[in-house]
Amino acid sequence: MDVMPKWAEVILVPLISLILAAILSALVILAIGEDPVEAVNLMVTGALGSTYGWGYTLYYATNFLFTGLAVSVAFHAGLFNIGGEGQAMLGGLGVALACLLIPWPHWTIALVAATVAAGLFGAAWAAIPAFLQARRGSHIVITTIMFNFIAAAVLNYVLVNLMRPAGSMDPATARFPEAVHLPTLHDILGTVGISFSKAAPANVTFLIAVVACVLVWLLLWRTWLGYEIRSYGKSEPAAKYAGISPVAITMIAMLISGALAGMMAINNVMGEAERLVLNAVEGAGFIGIAVALMGRSHPFGVFLAAILFGFLYQGGAELALWTSIPRELIVVIQALVILFTGALDNMVRMPLERLFLMMRRGDA
Amino acid sequence: MDFLTLIQLLDSTVRLATPLLLACLAGLFSERAGIFDIGLEGKMLAAAFFSAAVAALSGSVWIGLLAGISASVALSALHGLASITFRGNQLISGVAINFLAAGLTVLIAQDWFSQGGRTPSLMGGARFEPVTLPFAEALSSVPFLGPVYSELISGHSILVYIAFATVPLTWWILYRTRFGLRLRAVGENPAAVDTAGVSVIGLRYAAVIICGVLCGIAGAYLSTALQAGFVKDMSAGRGFIALAALIFAKWRPWYALWATLLFGLFGALETRPDVIQAVIGIKVQGQLLGALPYIMTVIILAGFVGKAIPPRAGGEPYVKER
Repeated sequence: MDVMPKWAEVILVPLISLILAAILSALVILAIGEDPVEAVNLMVTGALGSTYGWGYTLYYATNFLFTGLAVSVAFHAGLFNIGGEGQAMLGGLGVALACLLIPWPHWTIALVAATVAAGLFGAAWAAIPAFLQARRGSHIVITTIMFNFIAAAVLNYVLVNLMRPAGSMDPATARFPEAVHLPTLHDILGTVGISFSKAAPANVTFLIAVVACVLVWLLLWRTWLGYEIRSYGKSEPAAKYAGISPVAITMIAMLISGALAGMMAINNVMGEAERLVLNAVEGAGFIGIAVALMGRSHPFGVFLAAILFGFLYQGGAELALWTSIPRELIVVIQALVILFTGALDNMVRMPLERLFLMMRRGDA
Repeated sequence: MDFLTLIQLLDSTVRLATPLLLACLAGLFSERAGIFDIGLEGKMLAAAFFSAAVAALSGSVWIGLLAGISASVALSALHGLASITFRGNQLISGVAINFLAAGLTVLIAQDWFSQGGRTPSLMGGARFEPVTLPFAEALSSVPFLGPVYSELISGHSILVYIAFATVPLTWWILYRTRFGLRLRAVGENPAAVDTAGVSVIGLRYAAVIICGVLCGIAGAYLSTALQAGFVKDMSAGRGFIALAALIFAKWRPWYALWATLLFGLFGALETRPDVIQAVIGIKVQGQLLGALPYIMTVIILAGFVGKAIPPRAGGEPYVKER
């Protein structure tokens, strides 16, 4: 029995959570002696006021789309994949290997190969925690956290000892060849006569991320596999009774999740940096958690939440540039969003449910 | 490797194991009561900042320690509110607390001190100084036992001794007191505790608050004893290593001591690659040593070497009635 109508569930609850997070963030800004209204103005002009700002907003949003979708798919199977960070790191390794080892004639082929490599590496990194959860019952949250740290160590080792060009002090790979340079939104929109900032890093990967959103939606709500994933996430005993294999679903959901997180690397490694650096992921794997929670694990919600976080990231960078508010404000906002939409969900929901129950009684 | 190098190595093992041990015991109280806590990292970080900041402002490290514990307990209370009162997801709450601490510490540090997210360096009474145990000077010339006593056992800050004393204390509380029995019961079968007329919510809040106090001491140790001041993200994953140690220790206090000492030894060896090479003759990558606690925890979790079974009701909010 649903106490609340669907619109309240889908729109009202996340909206109230978001407003609560916003109010608290405003209080934080006030507390450090800055003006919240002025801060919001700066963020909006900085992130959305120019094609340069949009270019960065969409670039960040692309990262968060992939990691948000990754967390969402796992959520639907009742699994909490906290390892997006590590999976995206390994995805970056896949992209770097694909771009550096094979001389691609054209970026289109390179993009396909890099996407496959990123997905495979990300999925492989998710495979071990998935297997341990499915077969040995090891808690996936703990194992994926551990795998984030192991991934960082692996990447550190590979970059420092194996892939660093001779004579370079920087723990990073060589630059990718010119042929695998991905077209930016400036290049793409230029062909249809729209002018877009040349400096912004948003690139063709954004379109791939949008396609990924649609594909994940199709997978979850239009295929038998998606049905099995969702049933397993809702009730394990019921799914078992219906002949759904817990081992298979855990593995498949985590592999898809890991592949999505890994595919983030085509945006940040291939599209932006064009070489693999140590801290390429920059916490995007964790922001995926906030994005998935806010987007209610629905691809469309994830899309909106990713854009919002892209805006926050770019806006936060502008704030740090023009005011004395450090970038870490965004981390606080992110924490508040996770807190209210995730952990304190019932705090918002319980009074609302009571309200709707009262209204229903009034009607009867 | 000579005797003195060994003593030095063990000495830094003790230093590095102390915050892990405190955080590990903190997690032990919480998880034994059925509340998962992946927010150890955030609580340590918040405590590290507030103890350093208040110690810098007041000039007294003890007031700093109190401030650090208060900050950590406040975050614990938030975790309790989310996971006990509102029956939210304990893991998500932990993630939120980690980020909250990571962001707020830098934000407040910048606002208070304007030094790029750090506190001023602590000096004199604003820092925990090493404690020289009685007769350490006199006994240092005794062969073997002298250096062990004067170099290894003596000369740590008071928090190190508190941390090591917490181990038997935790054991005694958990296994020899009524409170401990109930605490363990509430993590295994809260319904039974409730039926016996004992408040599940009260017990769980008590456990979470104890967790906050211990995390607070761990954080204060980082910024006022191990180092002299707070720097951004100074907990550096120690909360997660403590979590790993907790699993490694199978949620038992004495095992926790050995696990954190082992992980502390890895940390100490990471800075001395020459020692490993001298002892086993092979060059071991620093990255491997850094990742070793995590790898070992995964192996333990996989159940290939002695299965770690968590408290049965861990992670599940208790619903009193239907």
